Amino acid sequence: MTRRLHPALIAFAILVYFFLMGPLVIVIGAALSDTGYLTFPPQGLTLHWFERIFEMSAFRRTMVTSFQVAAISTGCALLIGIPAAYALNRYRVQLPGWLSTLFVLPVLIPEIVLGFSLLRSIQVGAGLPVVSTLIVGHTLLVLPYAVRVISASLASFDFTIEEAAVSLGCPPIKTFFTIVLPNVKAGVFAAIFLAFITSINDVSVALFLTGPGISTLPIQILAHVEQFFDPVIASVSVLLMVLTVIVMAGVERTLGLTFLTK
Amino acid sequence: MAAPATALVVLCLVLPVSATIAATFLAGGGPFDLYAAFLASGFRRTVLWRTLEISLITTALSLVIGFFTAYAISRTPPRWRWILIILAVFPLLTGVVVRSFAWLIILGRNGILNDFLVWIGVKGAPFTMVFTQGSVIAAMVYLFVPLMILTIVGVLENIPDDMIEAAQSLGATPAQTFRQVIFPLAVPGLIVGAVLVFTGSFNSYATPQLLGGDQQMMMGTFLYQRAMVAFDWDGATTVSAIMVAVTLAVVIGMTGIAKRLNPMTT
Repeated sequence: MTRRLHPALIAFAILVYFFLMGPLVIVIGAALSDTGYLTFPPQGLTLHWFERIFEMSAFRRTMVTSFQVAAISTGCALLIGIPAAYALNRYRVQLPGWLSTLFVLPVLIPEIVLGFSLLRSIQVGAGLPVVSTLIVGHTLLVLPYAVRVISASLASFDFTIEEAAVSLGCPPIKTFFTIVLPNVKAGVFAAIFLAFITSINDVSVALFLTGPGISTLPIQILAHVEQFFDPVIASVSVLLMVLTVIVMAGVERTLGLTFLTK
Repeated sequence: MAAPATALVVLCLVLPVSATIAATFLAGGGPFDLYAAFLASGFRRTVLWRTLEISLITTALSLVIGFFTAYAISRTPPRWRWILIILAVFPLLTGVVVRSFAWLIILGRNGILNDFLVWIGVKGAPFTMVFTQGSVIAAMVYLFVPLMILTIVGVLENIPDDMIEAAQSLGATPAQTFRQVIFPLAVPGLIVGAVLVFTGSFNSYATPQLLGGDQQMMMGTFLYQRAMVAFDWDGATTVSAIMVAVTLAVVIGMTGIAKRLNPMTT
């Protein structure tokens, strides 16, 4: 539905896009600046600040932790999320209605309250180590993505194909792996990308679940910004933007980014 | 098959969060003592009101900006529409910390905006912009506009072209079509967007922490301060319970309204 737009509306939309892109361009510029403080436009170009990130052990450590936690929680969320999404679509009629609401709860409950509650009950209460609690928290955080994205793929899956395989004597487990899973591959991969970036970017859950020596990248960034105002954070931000681009390319190749507007 | 996921959500989310909320009724003399104490403190009331105020202003601004932008996007040719959607997804998937930090570079005392104001010779510049309510709102609106755009674009694209053509063939002017057909059909989407932005603002941490500091404490930063700086767990559980209550009330209340306004939403 393309119809003529009012020029004022076009001008407004262009302004909004300047507003959306401007700050990110400024961060990129500041990361390349040859100055000891944050500035834009950059004065003299350098990649020095990118080297600095890797010279600082706090950033190296937290980056590794963030990636490990993101990888493990994404894996866990898929492991339990795929069967859940399958059950929700396959046995919709037999399952109680509150079940699908249950999987939305991690989105409904404020993340920061989830983080604090996990600290109270699981870390302090049950004595689970910091990293394990962090993984539990992030698995919960990304589970709704896994269930929702894979459910969307399953919604267009024709379950009679599966019945055909079973009626021809294929064992149910084998049917799942050879018939169902390949058909929702796009959804699974899109879920991996989205879950991974959600975990990497999380602040609110990780906030309470980091301890001495164990922290995630966003928490480290917050701590650094409060003490120093140098371009290191800008260059870390650029690295995170590169990761965003990779994730977007991944989602675009699987489900397509317009999926996110549905 | 849904058992492992159900178990995880029940054991590690429902129970811990319920325990946090239950703790607010069990501590102190009577069941509502902690809430009475919260409301008796002028500072805490200020934090709650400020959080509500910032969230409402952010929601209103994001709605206006998001709606008109989404409307423009839904009317652009498909090729351009794709690019515009991608440019909205990019900030959405870039972390909250990065996007809030960007505003620190812009609004800081030695930030770009102040440099610019000094350069063009504005009297009184540089100004203190960081740690004001305005800077928190600016960064929050920035944070949530992409979410609003994408939510509303989805709704606008679901409006069948036939309906718009029908209105026009019956003699409606473009302005009438917009007011009487497109806008009413978009209202449920606007409500969903508003709920997402309001709860997102109300429960935010990184943005008020970076741009508001201690001067503009919001519920999220106050919860952290109570729990990890003051070690006042009674205070922290009370703040948590209020955050959950407000979030659920807004979500349930507004979804109910959205449903009533459009019987077609499921």
